[in-house]
Amino acid sequence: MLGADRRSGIEQQEARLAWRLILPAFVTILLVALFPLLWTLWESLHLHDLRMPWLGKPFIGGDNYIEAFRDPRFWSSLGHTGFFAVTSVGLELIIGLGLALALNRAFRGRGLVRAAVLIPWAIPTVVSALLWRFMFEGESGIVNTVLVSLGVLREPVVWFIQPVAAWVPVILADVWKTTPFVALLLLAGLQNIDASLYEAARIDGASAWRQFRHVTLPLLKPAILVALIFRTLDAFRVFDLIYALTGGGPGTSTEPIALYTFNALLQNLQFGYGSALSIIVFVVTFSLAILYIRFLGAELTGAKR
Amino acid sequence: MSMRKWWPTLVLALLVVGSAFPLYWAVLASFTPEARLFQAPSLLPRELVLEHYRALFTERNFWIPIRNSLIVAGTTTAFCVTIGALCAYALARLQFRGKVVLLGFILAVGMFPQISVVSPLYLLLRSLHLINTYPGLVLPYLTFAMPLTVWLMVGFFRQLPAELEEAAMVDGASRFRAFREVIIPLALPGIATTAILTFVYSWNEFLFALSFTLGPDRQTVPVAIALFRGMYQVPWGQILAATVVATAPVTLLVLAFQRRIVQGLTAGAVKG
Amino acid sequence: MALVRLEGVGKTYPNGHVAAKGLDLEIRDGEFMVLVGPSGCGKSTALRMIAGLETPTVGRILIGDKDVTALPPQERDIAMVFQTYALYPHMTVRQNLAFGLRMRGAAQDVIDRRVDEAARALALEPVMARKPAQLSGGQRQRVALGRAIVREPKVFLFDEPLSNLDAKLRVETRAELARLHRRLAATVVYVTHDQEEAMTLGSRVAVMRDGFLQQVAPPMELYRRPANLFVAGFVGSPGMNFLPGEVMPAATRKVGATLGIRPHDVAIVPRGAGDLDAWVDVVEPRGSELLVYLRLGTSGDGPELRVVAPPEPAIEAEQVVAVRFDQGRLHWFEGESGKRVG
Repeated sequence: MLGADRRSGIEQQEARLAWRLILPAFVTILLVALFPLLWTLWESLHLHDLRMPWLGKPFIGGDNYIEAFRDPRFWSSLGHTGFFAVTSVGLELIIGLGLALALNRAFRGRGLVRAAVLIPWAIPTVVSALLWRFMFEGESGIVNTVLVSLGVLREPVVWFIQPVAAWVPVILADVWKTTPFVALLLLAGLQNIDASLYEAARIDGASAWRQFRHVTLPLLKPAILVALIFRTLDAFRVFDLIYALTGGGPGTSTEPIALYTFNALLQNLQFGYGSALSIIVFVVTFSLAILYIRFLGAELTGAKR
Repeated sequence: MSMRKWWPTLVLALLVVGSAFPLYWAVLASFTPEARLFQAPSLLPRELVLEHYRALFTERNFWIPIRNSLIVAGTTTAFCVTIGALCAYALARLQFRGKVVLLGFILAVGMFPQISVVSPLYLLLRSLHLINTYPGLVLPYLTFAMPLTVWLMVGFFRQLPAELEEAAMVDGASRFRAFREVIIPLALPGIATTAILTFVYSWNEFLFALSFTLGPDRQTVPVAIALFRGMYQVPWGQILAATVVATAPVTLLVLAFQRRIVQGLTAGAVKG
Repeated sequence: MALVRLEGVGKTYPNGHVAAKGLDLEIRDGEFMVLVGPSGCGKSTALRMIAGLETPTVGRILIGDKDVTALPPQERDIAMVFQTYALYPHMTVRQNLAFGLRMRGAAQDVIDRRVDEAARALALEPVMARKPAQLSGGQRQRVALGRAIVREPKVFLFDEPLSNLDAKLRVETRAELARLHRRLAATVVYVTHDQEEAMTLGSRVAVMRDGFLQQVAPPMELYRRPANLFVAGFVGSPGMNFLPGEVMPAATRKVGATLGIRPHDVAIVPRGAGDLDAWVDVVEPRGSELLVYLRLGTSGDGPELRVVAPPEPAIEAEQVVAVRFDQGRLHWFEGESGKRVG
């Protein structure tokens, strides 16, 4: 009897205070995040076209989703998103790793480099998109001028009119903006590696490359995975960059799924269909996140022991 | 042996040049007369004018988007940091059931794609007559700002020595008083970093600002710049001048607080 | 009069781990009670329950005559010195010392007076304006002490306060603590894993193991009449020897029991003059004494026996000698429970 007694000892006090402290934030999050998401889910099961209000809002079950799976523009936008994610994240990881390694060795100018590297991260994405648009714009943008004068191009390319060429400034802009973040993450991971491990490897006769493969890479895995998660999730949700850089064009050849959803919702005012697309984006993003977390969780707890 | 020594410096030099070049180019162009922008570009300035900046502030009233961004980002930051600090403290230092679940929930919400909540938020704001208002932006901004602040501050609170609150309680302070008098002063650097990062993210936000504002009187800086329209052609001079102005405050913040920002970014992420 | 009383106190965590069980303990006014035991024995948990930082799942705790079991630490009249000192890093030494009194709403002049007194007693006057990061380990320890003294509480609680100090400082501070206790006539509950600390500081010592109290007694009684095998082996250094009862001749042995004999209570004598023969394995000269490791029997593979012998006459390794037990200092422990039987 006495054992099961719930006394108002310190533990109860603590729990009560905790919930009081959490409540405002929790309620806020519920209201502005969870509730709208559930509403989107609800909307996605209805026909709701704001251009045709006389049709009302009938329940149509999964019809929006079926329409999406039959929609070629949906699939191509998904493909664009995947391509963008793989390419830019891949480049960011490789370049970021190189940068992190260099930053780890350099002794002078760390502060300057850190500042230089943070500014691209800090400016609004649309701003960086416009910077890159300007550099690739027209026939006498700086990129064309340099490439032609170096002989790489015979004549200037009109980048934004060609479906494949238009990806170049997009990928470059994203890499420019976010590689710093990846580099910083990896640098933090590098600095956590005990220097004595390298010394032991050197004594054992390992070359620089082997040290990298057998000491650096394995111990850097958690940091790499974290960078991968954040960057992939961000890449899948890409919107600002492409909106301002190519508008999804030419036509819809660089349109990612988030932009297509946006167009469906706020331009075509197809709230039901757009909501279905939103949910699909959410599910894809979330599944990726869970996959990664499971992976990463195993890595982190494994690495800790 | 000598190769070892200079390759990092070379890489870093390339890095600095690579990072800085687009910005340098934009700054340069913003002082170049419109007519010359696409003719024979050169790396060094030939002619410098202020016409773009003047037009920016007189014709386009660029002060307005700046004001809007300051108000929205500032309010969001202030609100999220205060409420978030309380929540983060509870998650970091108090024991109660459901803690792990709650933390996971908050993290999960932070990963919501914005596009997935745009439409209901739009409908909600419309029914509350909040479209094209300041609250109409701050409210949606809480979706990503709240998880962000909580996540960052949990990390910072966790770093404090474990027995501080206990010592304060034994000394006679209530839990809340211990929080106020001992924990907060020690966590101030972390709270400052969180505020800076939240401000930067809020300032840079685009999708919600685009969707929930209607006209120049409430548009924020990123939206205003993206929607610049010229009479006959894209006014690149003014756009670039606007980008310079838009990036100036964040650049200053970054330069002043770079160490803190790096700490905040990496600590929150690496600790997982 | 008992100042602190634990009645049937136990603590079981939600995950099932039993940290403490059936603790019945009385701490008298002015006493220096030491809780000692290996790590995980529950001594820190017991201390924290007295402090109010954890609530017992069964039993009561009384301080003075008040049942404080459900009260938070702020409402018990106690002060605590933590293992890591837990000084407030952003406050000066003076502010650290004044914090407790400030929290309880004491008048400024009272605060100043008591803080100055404590500073004087602990030689902290030169560092009053410094922050903890600028102090040495010993100084920090004294600030932690001062913070407790200033409050003039009913009970002082110490959680392994010396374990972060180096060996020399530890011994010096130990003496300081003893002096302080005498001067303040304070009631102290002190937790440590170091049996030497327990024996030198405590007026009574409570030995704990796996959440249970093994024995509560003044140090000498623990040394001379340990209640069970565990206490016998825990107290005293070098530790007690344990031999199977059979090694003793039939007249003195107790059936199925283990014999305990302290290294100081065995003498090394020439063959034929002692109770048993033994083979000398290793001799460690320690200046004022010799620590001799022997093996009973003549073949060198019998049970091990440690003996503390005077430096003269010299004893050589790898020879057979005899050992004689001080008959008045034999300890017998029953086979299964380890309890003392003689």
